[in-house]
Amino acid sequence: MAGLEDLYREIILDHYRSPRNRGELAVPPAHRVEGFNPLCGDEVVVYLEVNDGVLTDLRIAGQGCSISQSSASMMSAAVKGRPVEQARKLIRSFKAMMSIHEHSLGGEDSTEDPEDQSEADTLKPEDLGELAALQGVVKFPVRIKCATLSWNALAQGLDEIAAGVLPLDRT
Amino acid sequence: MTTTVEAGPLDVTALRREFPILQQRSHGRRLVYLDSASSSQRPRAVLDAMDHYYETTHANVHRGVYAIAEEATRQFEMARRAVGRFIKAPRPEVEVIFTKNATEALNLVAHSYGRHLLPDRKAILLTELEHHANIVPWLMLAAERGVELRYLPVGDDYRLDLRDLDRLMDGVGLVGVSTMSNVLGTITDLSPIVQAAHAAGAVVVADASQLVPHRSVDVRALGVDFLAFTGHKMLGPTGIGVLWGREELLDAMPPFLGGGEMIRDVRLDGFTPNDLPWKFEAGTPPIAEAVGLHAAIGFLESLGMNRVAAHETDLTSRAIEILMERHGDDLKIFGPTTDLPARGGVLSLAFRDLHAHDLAQVLDAEGICIRAGHHCAKPLMRRLGVTATARASFYVYNGEDDIQALSDALDVAAAFFG
Ligand SMILES: Cc1ncc(COP(=O)(O)O)c(C=O)c1O
Repeated sequence: MAGLEDLYREIILDHYRSPRNRGELAVPPAHRVEGFNPLCGDEVVVYLEVNDGVLTDLRIAGQGCSISQSSASMMSAAVKGRPVEQARKLIRSFKAMMSIHEHSLGGEDSTEDPEDQSEADTLKPEDLGELAALQGVVKFPVRIKCATLSWNALAQGLDEIAAGVLPLDRT
Repeated sequence: MTTTVEAGPLDVTALRREFPILQQRSHGRRLVYLDSASSSQRPRAVLDAMDHYYETTHANVHRGVYAIAEEATRQFEMARRAVGRFIKAPRPEVEVIFTKNATEALNLVAHSYGRHLLPDRKAILLTELEHHANIVPWLMLAAERGVELRYLPVGDDYRLDLRDLDRLMDGVGLVGVSTMSNVLGTITDLSPIVQAAHAAGAVVVADASQLVPHRSVDVRALGVDFLAFTGHKMLGPTGIGVLWGREELLDAMPPFLGGGEMIRDVRLDGFTPNDLPWKFEAGTPPIAEAVGLHAAIGFLESLGMNRVAAHETDLTSRAIEILMERHGDDLKIFGPTTDLPARGGVLSLAFRDLHAHDLAQVLDAEGICIRAGHHCAKPLMRRLGVTATARASFYVYNGEDDIQALSDALDVAAAFFG
């Protein structure tokens, strides 16, 4: 039986208590994406700015539980200032780490994104730095959606930017 | 079924022994189940009744001429009568319809009444404290028929604010109202709403999912036209719900789902619907579940619904006392804290600045089951200005020791998150 310490690692509580990159960015030039967790009503808003293929700025707003908030905070620290391709690789790697359980549960994410299945271009949890602390979440299946909320929003934002969706197109 | 009703307070210790699941341990501790508003547990009597039915009687109902099929039909129809008697229905044998759950019962009304008998240009009046099950079917109807939806507001005292009732009722053809909020515990004072509705020529659809399990209900005294509730919240099995409706309304309504059982005749070019109540029971119904629900009602009747209500009012009162005394500065209760008989045993809480999910997770490690989230009432959550609450809810097997355990666990959570 998984214990609370598996879920609430110290680094997670630290990001929860002092979240990094909290705030908003002006839209435009920034792009804004919302993620909803239908389970608990949590809402995360990701603001991102991409210039010349680099994620130059990123801010997190919204409210949620310690897992969704700390995951968003850790994500922001990990991808800010990175080239978009590296950010995408991190997203893939993070989702692969979080999907271990969803596969065994036959969860909806297991077939959602065939990209996720290719392990070739993903990092192993031990290469994910402090993000690996979130690995314990897979032992608490209902909380996986909390941990992936901001990552899905970021992925959606990067896709929309790549597809040239202007912020104004979405109301 | 004869039942002997005891007097005095419920003997919780003895009662708990009737519930096999409560003998289990969770994380090495006594299982403290405080989530009956979501789904209750069931006593051995219900489990045994269902097993016995499957072991001795099962066959499809209303079809076979052989002995066990007749017996299955008899037990199914006996269950219908017991349900009807439990809510004092004037004609149980035609007015009680078995559905899958309360949600399906409400959808049945939205479909068969809302799409066919609700007059054109009449509005629908709901309240801000409805469960999604009593909002979404009407939103779907509104989108389809262009019906206007209105909402009775929730006041700062967590009760419905009826000051604008007359204005809101003007031009309304149907009122959908919860008899007890699954978030706030508020028990609705239905009589002014029913009176105003009937004066306006509107029918009243009551969502009694939270009331029927906990209070003695008399549909004639409530004066409503439809009443929906669900088996799994009243010590019964999942997979069965109930719609009660006035016979003349049900009679006038076209069927909801089509298939076997709900027809009298089928030709290649058409069909004739069956009589009530089978007109609304397409396909093989939840037979064992009806038998189980019958046993659950027998169990509740043997306790006496007035004792059940008194027990829950006592417990709610003790819970408010204990929790506020020990955690008052850190705790907010969303729901009435006075006039306790007019509220049920549901306590929605905010504790410090902890998110409800984090709180529930720590409580789980202490063996305590509470609900965290929006409780399928997002419009109400917005009204309260929160995205989620932690909710403890009580039933016959809960006692003061459960409240103490909850109170102790709040300290653990406070220490854990610092
Ligand atoms: C007030 C209320 N209405 C309706 C429902 C829906 O019940 P069911 O899911 O059994 O259809 C619930 C249960 O969650 C409820 O609390």
